[in-house]
Amino acid sequence: MSTIVLGIESTAHTFGVGIAADDKILANVNEIYIPRYGGLLPREAARHHLVKATRAIKNGLVRSNVRLEDVDAIAVSLGPGLGPCLRVGAMIARFLAVYFDKPLVPVNHAVAHVEIAIMATGTKDPLFVYVSGGNTMIVAYSKGRYRVFGETLDMPLGNFLDSFAREIGLPQPGVPRVEELASKGERLVELPYVVKGQDMSFSGLLTAALRELKKGVRLEDLCLSVIEYSYAMLAEVTERALAHTRKKELVLAGGVARSRRLQDIMRMVAEEHGAAFYVVPDEYAGDNGAMIAWTGLLAYKHGVSISPKESFIRQRWRMDEVEIPWRA
Amino acid sequence: MESIKVNVLSKGAEAILLLKLWYGMLVVEKIRISKRYRNPHLDVMLRRARTILEARLLHEAKLLGIPVPALIDIDIRRNSLTMEYIPGKRLRDSLERFDKDFIECLFRNIGENVGILHSNGIVHGDLTTSNMILTETGNVYLIDFGLGGHTWDLEDMGTDIHLMLRALESTHTDIADLCFKAFINGYKKIMKDKTGEVLRKVKEIRSRGRYVAVEVRKSWRYY
Repeated sequence: MSTIVLGIESTAHTFGVGIAADDKILANVNEIYIPRYGGLLPREAARHHLVKATRAIKNGLVRSNVRLEDVDAIAVSLGPGLGPCLRVGAMIARFLAVYFDKPLVPVNHAVAHVEIAIMATGTKDPLFVYVSGGNTMIVAYSKGRYRVFGETLDMPLGNFLDSFAREIGLPQPGVPRVEELASKGERLVELPYVVKGQDMSFSGLLTAALRELKKGVRLEDLCLSVIEYSYAMLAEVTERALAHTRKKELVLAGGVARSRRLQDIMRMVAEEHGAAFYVVPDEYAGDNGAMIAWTGLLAYKHGVSISPKESFIRQRWRMDEVEIPWRA
Repeated sequence: MESIKVNVLSKGAEAILLLKLWYGMLVVEKIRISKRYRNPHLDVMLRRARTILEARLLHEAKLLGIPVPALIDIDIRRNSLTMEYIPGKRLRDSLERFDKDFIECLFRNIGENVGILHSNGIVHGDLTTSNMILTETGNVYLIDFGLGGHTWDLEDMGTDIHLMLRALESTHTDIADLCFKAFINGYKKIMKDKTGEVLRKVKEIRSRGRYVAVEVRKSWRYY
């Protein structure tokens, strides 16, 4: 009999259910909350998750032909993320664990992104560039944990581009639309380029870009500049981390990994340092349930579990606090 | 420039370092290379600005008595700097093999030097053990001022210290505590009461990182 883990993801806009068994993903069902206008409202997203949860779990079980009774453990991402959203996933997971008498496995959302990336790309010991709406970090495994070799000092790259898109009147998701406008840009507008050692800062770039917009700069040129400046900052920091850690594999993970321009840039960075380059496949790039199930499976097999009474959500749970026994 | 023999010393993320003979003297030429992935206009702008800035900072640090390579020449069209060659090893690669007392002594010294820079309105901008060269005589040279700057802003000084601490935590995990304490001891000798202010800023910078736990982390007990 193989070990089966059901994972629940609900850190932000996605309510996801994944089912993993030994070496494969049996189901990956994701319900994504898209606001009608403006940004994500945590309370609204949480309500969306509550409404969609039952159907998502049922779909996952049907697709994988697994009954809840057959599941060995319930995994849940307890953070980092938005409180109201996290609470929905945690509540459902606790209920399932208690009602069906299954062990509950806590999973760190960021670690899960990295683990599914390793599984999907077949890499061994890569350097990760993890860019999404909620995170921008460069991480690699070293001595029992995923260590951070560079990160944003304020806004995540995805959040920065989404906010910029919203301010210039583009609907969400903003990144592909900003990139599309950027492809028609001709002239680079001068903006602040903020790299501090291995870290980046995007908030000043946003302020400056919006100021240029008010001055009447051509929108396409502004999009081009915003894309080129922010990606160049990320590329530079990645290059430093690659030179510093001397890893031979580079993996681009997280929601913004879908960007073709960013993929091209990172491929060039990898080539310059003799590293092989991988992109996480689309289905595992954004937040998803499968990554929680998969990481939960690895953790469960190494004896990680938590009592439902102690399974508090952790909105600011850093990935470098998490011990990774399955890589030791 | 009369150069008889040219060797590529190293190829970093940002620049290529050439070891050359310059009128009988061993020198290093640092050429900032063009990046294919960057927009060409941005590429030229960044390389030029950093080359000029680094030349200035190296010169000023030298005048303050900080162990840095002496600046010999600058060629703006090639985006290159020529400086004195410092024989030694990168601190990153040699640190773990020394005993505790020696490591403490090294970091107290590094802390003092960074304190002198800060108290004169200069930040390094990329304080990691990869940017420090340990010579046979036990001196630690600071190199690569390309991300540095002139500033009296607490934020920038705090960032310098934050980068040092982060580099220690990620690369020299087992001795990070020891190194950082010694570093701060040295830093305090120069910066005196201002040290507390800078360290509070470091704490603030770290807590600004999106997902720092509210509980005080173990590695933060220096404050």
